[in-house]
This record gives sequence, structure tokens and C-alpha cells, in this order.
Amino acid sequence: MTKRAPDASDVSVSPPRRRSKYTLAPLVLIAGNVVLFALFFVWPAVIGLVYSFTNYTGVGAFQFVGLDNYSNLFGDSTFYGALTRTLLYTVLFVPLNFVLSLLIANVLVSKNAKGASVARVFFFIPWLLSPIIVGVLWRWLFGENFGLVNYFIEKVGGSAVPWQSNADLSLIVVVVAAAWAWTGFSMLLFIAAIKNVPTSYYEAAALDGAGPWRQFFSITLPSIAPTSFIVILLNTIHAMKEYAVFASLNNGGPGTSNNLLVQYIYQTGFKSGQIGYASAASFVLMLILMAVATIQMMVNRRVENR
Amino acid sequence: MTTTDTLRKDDAGSVPAVSRKRRRGAASGGLRRAIPATTLLWVLAALYGLPVLWFVLSSLKPAGDLFSLPLTLFPDDPTVSGYKEAWASANFSEYFINTTIVCVIATILTVGVSCCTGYALAKYDNKWLKVFFVCILATTMLPAEVMLAPLFLVVRDLGLYNSLSGIIFPALLTATGCFMFRQFFLTVPDELIEAARIDGARELSIFMRIMVPLSRPIMLTLAILSFQWRWNDYIWPLLMLNDPEKFTVQIGIQSLVGAQNINWSVLLGGSVISMVPLIVVFLVFQKYVMNADINAGLKD
Repeated sequence: MTKRAPDASDVSVSPPRRRSKYTLAPLVLIAGNVVLFALFFVWPAVIGLVYSFTNYTGVGAFQFVGLDNYSNLFGDSTFYGALTRTLLYTVLFVPLNFVLSLLIANVLVSKNAKGASVARVFFFIPWLLSPIIVGVLWRWLFGENFGLVNYFIEKVGGSAVPWQSNADLSLIVVVVAAAWAWTGFSMLLFIAAIKNVPTSYYEAAALDGAGPWRQFFSITLPSIAPTSFIVILLNTIHAMKEYAVFASLNNGGPGTSNNLLVQYIYQTGFKSGQIGYASAASFVLMLILMAVATIQMMVNRRVENR
Repeated sequence: MTTTDTLRKDDAGSVPAVSRKRRRGAASGGLRRAIPATTLLWVLAALYGLPVLWFVLSSLKPAGDLFSLPLTLFPDDPTVSGYKEAWASANFSEYFINTTIVCVIATILTVGVSCCTGYALAKYDNKWLKVFFVCILATTMLPAEVMLAPLFLVVRDLGLYNSLSGIIFPALLTATGCFMFRQFFLTVPDELIEAARIDGARELSIFMRIMVPLSRPIMLTLAILSFQWRWNDYIWPLLMLNDPEKFTVQIGIQSLVGAQNINWSVLLGGSVISMVPLIVVFLVFQKYVMNADINAGLKD
């Protein structure tokens, strides 16, 4: 087909490929996902947007209340608490996970480290565990009266640390637990990126007398910038919608101090039946996620153009 | 030992005329470099492995010994009573069957639709396909967790509330899956399709007969990922399922954690049981996950 095309002699321009000649086949192939996309993405997104301007409770009639839900949201201290806690969690989790997984990826690809293929499994297993199990596991480790960590602290002469009853310490335990669990995934992306850096760069740098640190900061880090960007983006989105780890580790507690946004949406929408109000909160979360993605895309473009 | 050996071989290979003295110097230098890197690697691996090890070893302790001081790493008298109790109580076996059904069906369907979509996106050149690709990428921005309430209403109106299909269908479309297959099919040469077309093969039979078998490694990778996502899902099944007979494993475990007085013996046993299937699947198919060229678009 393409051979018959008149501009086939023009080798420099890629010949026009199967254009609209084939319509039915691709349509059949994507049909399944188009239906799923329409049913479980477009439809809920549209009605969610509509309900966010109503006082709908999930059943019966509803009235349009204009921007009331949104203005109430901004006066709601519980919502603010959940929002700032979510942002704090994200700001702590993303860098910790980034540093840990980058460090481990570098050690794993280093030719000097022996037994990397076995050690890799150790870093990967936490990623297989469900968020619920991760929460249970760290709850067991950081129990105030029975946990292994407090046992050691008391053994060396310290006093038991209130891992569960202090809100900030409790958040830190979740941050560490989540960073531990998600290392395997970020690490995998970093390993693939680091392996793609041409070894000749390192050889040239070594000839010029650059040490390992210098090589890392001047070669590895700039070369894997696109992957770093993806890791940060995915981890940010992941952190903003975290719920299950909190549910099993401290149930958003002590009290309600560690309730994150998704838990807030869940509770207002399903426990108190304020679907309209919860939809408004959902859209605030969505706007934040889109803003994060846009900012990161802009920063990434600027870095790449430099 | 292996360090010095391989280094020496490398040296000998690249620079055959190198002097004996120099070679020994390089070898001991390699050893000097290997020790800190290897130590760091294994210290980190121990730090990552320790929580799981402590958890699994604790689950083997009899209920009475769990909190007895001094804490010991290894159980004095290992027992599987916690596992037995967990399996027998709280319908754990039923939860297991439910979760397995969800995982298997969802995985097969996810791989199917993702493969079809990925192929269409890679090998056909239509404007609306490009639009649809952007649409799929947009789904990463708006995960199910964000649209809990409206998605719940949609699934309820479709009559899927309190059924396992209510968990399966909303989860089938994944940007990751479509993206993985698209990237793979982009690497398959177009000539293959052209040749088949010249032989008179129809479009869909080219896909079924040639492309689907080619993409087997990607299918396996996505299957493992999808199995893991569905096995570990928590919030969506929690919303969808009302009937305790339909609960999944994760809900079962969370209900143990949520109890007023946590029965740690049962909780530890149940948790370890729930970890086993994924770890077995992973260890068997390790290379498909580790060597997978997974990239942008990954979510969940």
C-alpha cells in the first residue's frame, strides 16, 4: 500500500502509513476500553462535577446550591486539617522514598557490590505487600507496649516512645513504612534508567580523575532526570491518595489527627451521606493533582531544554 | 575471591600486555572497593528484610509467648496455631476464594483489553486514536480514590453494588497496561504487518495470529502487576461489598485490626497467609517483573 504512494521515492520523509484506510479494525480493538472509559471515568467525572454543586445525599431529590459546597469547604477546619496533613505527608514521603530508592538502585547496579541479585529480592518484597499488611506490620513493630522498637529503646536505657499516641510521631511511622514499602517500585525505574547511561561517560570521567561522588552528581543524576521526574510525579499522586496504610497502622489517629483527604472524602461521603459535599472535596483534590502534574511537567521541560 | 578473579580476567582481556604487578594492584583495589559497597548493600538489605522477618517469626509464636519479655527473635516452640485459628475463624477461606476470583478474572480481562488497545495505539494512525491515548493518560490524574462518591453512584446505578463484578469492572482500564503494550508493539516492525496484509490476512487475524503470541512476555508482566493490584485493593472493595460473605482478604484483615482488642495471634497468622500467594507468584515469575521495561504511565 505504501509502495503505491506517490511520495514513496522521498526517502527522507517517512511514507504515509496506514491512515484512515483502516477504521473498523482499530475501532474494534479499542472498543472494550472505550466502553470502560465512558462508564467508569467520564460518567462519574461528569456527575461528580454536577453533584459538587448540589446537596445530594445519595438518594432522593437534590437541589442546586451553587458554590455553597466549595465555600463551606474553605471554612471547614476538618477539611483544612486533612488537607495540610496530606500535604505534610506528601512532602515527607516523596523525598524520603526518592533518596532511599535512588541510593539502593545505585548500590544494586554497582559492579563492586556482591550478591545484588539476591539482595534485590529483599528490597522488592515490601512492594508486594498490601498497604493494609504494611500497616499491620509496622504497627506490630512500633507498638507502644509490645513493639520491637520500643523494646530495644528501653533495653538501651531510654523510655518508651509514644509512637501511637503522639500525632506527629505516628505520622512519621507511616512515612517510614510507606517509603519502605514503595522503594521496590521506584528502585526498579531507577535501575532501568541508570543502566541506560552509557558507560563511556563514566570511563571518561574516571580518566579525568572524577571520584564516585562527582560521577554520581555530574553524570548519573543529570542522565536519569526524566526518570526522577516520573518517580516524583507518581509518588506524589500516590501519596496524595493514601488511605489504606493509615487505616491499618493508626486508623487516622490518634483521634482524627492523621485523617488524610481520601479518608475525609470517604467519611463525609459514605458515613455522613453528604455526597455533594464529598464530591466538592474530590474536585479540590483533583485540582491539586493536576496542579502538581502541570508544575512538574513545566519544571521537567525547562530542565530538558537547558 | 570472585571479585579478584573477574577483575583480573577483565584486565587481562582488555589490556593483555599489562604487567603482573599492575594487575595485582588493580585486583586488590577492586577488593578494597568491593568491601564497602557490598557491606552497604547488605546492611540496607537487612534493614529492609528485618521488619518482614520479625513479623513472620512472630506469627510462628504461640499466642501466649507473643508479649512475653524478653522478646526473642526466634520462637522457642514454633507453632502454626495462629494460622489455623485465622483460617478457621472469620471466614478467611471464603475471603481467599473471593479474592482469587476477583484477581483471576480482572487480570485476564485487563490483559485482554490492554493488549488490544495498546496494539491499536501503536500500529494504526488515526486522529481519534491519538485523542483516546491522551484520554487514557488522563485517567492517571483522576484515580478511583479521588472519585469515590460519584464512581460509587455509577456502579450502584449499573446494578453492580455488592457483587464481585462491581470490583472487577471499574478496575479494568489501566493506563499502565495500555502504555506497556503500546511501547512493545512500537518495537515490532511494520513490515511484519505489511507482509501479512499482502498475503491477504485480515486485520484482526493479523492481530490474533501474529501479534498476540509475540507479546507474551508483556502479557505476563502485566498479569503479575494486575494480580498484585487487585489482591491488595482495599478501599474500593470496602465500599462495594456489604455482605460479609463477599468480603476480600484485605477487608477481612482490616476488620481484625479495627477490633476493640486486637487478637494479634490471629492477625499475624492471617496477614502472613495473605502475603503468601503474591510472594509465590513473584518468586516464580521474578524475571518478568525485574527485567520489565516498565516506564511512564505506571500507576497503582
